[in-house]
Amino acid sequence: MPRKTYIAAIQAALAEEMRRDERVLLMGEDVRLGVFAGTRGLHAEFGDRRVIDPPISELGVAGAGVGAAATGLRPVVDLMFGTFLYLAFDQIANQAAAMRYMFGGQATLPVVFMTQNGGGIGAGPHHSQPVHPLFMYLPAIKVVMPSTPYDVKGLLKAAIRDDNPVVFFNHLSLGGQRGEVPDEEYVIPLGKADIKRAGSDVTIVAAGLMVHHALKAAEELAQAGIEAEVIDLRTLKPWDEETVLASVAKTGRFVAVDESYPVCGAAGEWAATVAEKAFHHLKAPVQRLSSRHVPVPFSPTLEKMMMPSAAEIVARVRELMAAG
Amino acid sequence: MTTLLDVAAAQSVAPEVVMDIYRRILRIRRFEEQVGKLFAQGQLPGFVHLYIGAEAVGAGVCAALRDDDYIISTHRGHGHVIAKGGDMKRMMAELFGKVTGYCKGKGGSMHIADFEIGMLGACGIVGGGIPVAVGAGLSASYRGTDQVSVTFFGDGAANEGSFHESLNLASVLKLPVLFVCENNQYGEFTPAERAMNIKDIALRAQGYGIPGVIADGTDPLAMYVVAREAVARARRGEGPTLIEAKTHRKGGHAEGEDAFLAGQQYRLADEKEAAQRHDPLVKLHAYVVEQGLVTVEELETLDQATLQEVAEAVEFARTSPEPSAETLLEDLWV
Ligand SMILES: Cc1ncc(C[n+]2csc(CCOP(=O)(O)OP(=O)(O)O)c2C)c(N)n1
Ligand SMILES: [Mg+2]
Repeated sequence: MPRKTYIAAIQAALAEEMRRDERVLLMGEDVRLGVFAGTRGLHAEFGDRRVIDPPISELGVAGAGVGAAATGLRPVVDLMFGTFLYLAFDQIANQAAAMRYMFGGQATLPVVFMTQNGGGIGAGPHHSQPVHPLFMYLPAIKVVMPSTPYDVKGLLKAAIRDDNPVVFFNHLSLGGQRGEVPDEEYVIPLGKADIKRAGSDVTIVAAGLMVHHALKAAEELAQAGIEAEVIDLRTLKPWDEETVLASVAKTGRFVAVDESYPVCGAAGEWAATVAEKAFHHLKAPVQRLSSRHVPVPFSPTLEKMMMPSAAEIVARVRELMAAG
Repeated sequence: MTTLLDVAAAQSVAPEVVMDIYRRILRIRRFEEQVGKLFAQGQLPGFVHLYIGAEAVGAGVCAALRDDDYIISTHRGHGHVIAKGGDMKRMMAELFGKVTGYCKGKGGSMHIADFEIGMLGACGIVGGGIPVAVGAGLSASYRGTDQVSVTFFGDGAANEGSFHESLNLASVLKLPVLFVCENNQYGEFTPAERAMNIKDIALRAQGYGIPGVIADGTDPLAMYVVAREAVARARRGEGPTLIEAKTHRKGGHAEGEDAFLAGQQYRLADEKEAAQRHDPLVKLHAYVVEQGLVTVEELETLDQATLQEVAEAVEFARTSPEPSAETLLEDLWV
């Protein structure tokens, strides 16, 4: 199977879907040259009509995506950095998340808002903050956050084919990751988690960059005879409760790891669900690991301390094992 | 030898002000050149956007301000900090992410601030600083001072909603604000001509009922003269002005972009050539020598002293400590 980078997998998914369906178009600042290279080459193939390089106007562009979707197109709106979704937020929250319901089911909104979320590259506070829980909060919005090149391609294709608004979070620091990506057609259904490593002692749930930290932690734990099961949620909303609850029924221990903040963060949502629905399987209290509740600092030294690390996951699991 | 300056405007500027502007430009240029080198050597984390080519704007405008006036800057902000009188050591330390930096390493290149000198911060969000500058203008007006607030931003930022809302707000409230648009003709890799259907951003002032002035953003003294007038107007309580400075980036959008763009070209050939020809430092150097304000030897001495200042800043940054774990959670609340 060919090996590709995470970025190349984004490119492949976009190109395949644009070839397949004339209604798919791409809009976003500098998508022509491709700031993150994920959109590179598309303008050469599809031209000005389908690859639109708009002015720096996130609110307007996101809203145009909503309107085009409501009238028969399937736009992909590239918003470059997760934090730029703050500028587009009104159109996503007040229009995309509400239109279908408030108009009594009349609107169908197949629009994808794609961005690079999270930190890890010293980009500083305005370019590194993970914003995904804000979109989990909104009704009617699906949220996707892939961790591998294989998953990016299959999930992005599914997101583009989905008839609902989807916010698609690539991870800022995973662009260069390599992995096997088939050239042939495949689609990964939204809402299905993937067990990235099987284990019997503890369930670790994560998405995006944190999957890699969790896998690293699991290797280290295995050396000490602790077998962690690492579940990559891949889709954050709707999320695969079934796979997670089945795993907890087996392991009896649960750690949620997420790059967002502890308050109203993604990890809290997963932990609450497990506490509510799998309480009788638990041998120890559910655990959450999140980022420190501060803007993402520029200094790489501070940024590392801010985010959950593999070492922190190992320590937390060890405490949990000691507790029962 | 002929200079490329607007000589009539230049001659209305007192010699000591001319030299003051020269020093500001020189400090920016030498600092930025060094930052470019450090980035190329892999010594600086994150993203770096240099101000080289646009120094006339920051220096000319800030020379027309008082110490207690406010400025707000952009992702391309080092030049504005220096123009307002910033300390190179604390700037360089910030770029290295050290605890001795202006923001203790928490902000980095795109977020340097020095509230002591009225520099209310650079901003990584395009157009994000514009409304904040309007707020500083509101505050000055409310407190009954005659302070002025200046927001620098790019041609790209003029397409954000924040720009339009802010111009209108400052206009209806008649606030002492200078909107200084550095039109370097690109937003990242997109030429402005593909992002707007007008040539002059200054035209947009009309839509909000305020003066819109076009200035040569590569001519430091012309910039100063235009800013001086807008500042005087703001201090008199007559409201905001939009100044469009036509300028250039001498380099790319961000350092290291050549490797990243992998051979893709985006610069318009004429513009690239003009950017080299209209170098504000070269222009002002020629002017001050021609006018006999200073000798070439004196300028050389000044340059050596500036290079020394930059070298000391690098040494300070390199030998400064990293922020500690406690720093991570500090400064969040009062
Ligand atoms: C809200 C927002 N959108 C997009 C970006 C990405 N970005 C950073 S600089 C830049 C170009 C800005 O162009 P301009 O305002 O002309 O400033 P210049 O870089 O030319 O000085 C863009 C699009 C950003 N930082 N913030
Ligand atoms: Mg520009």
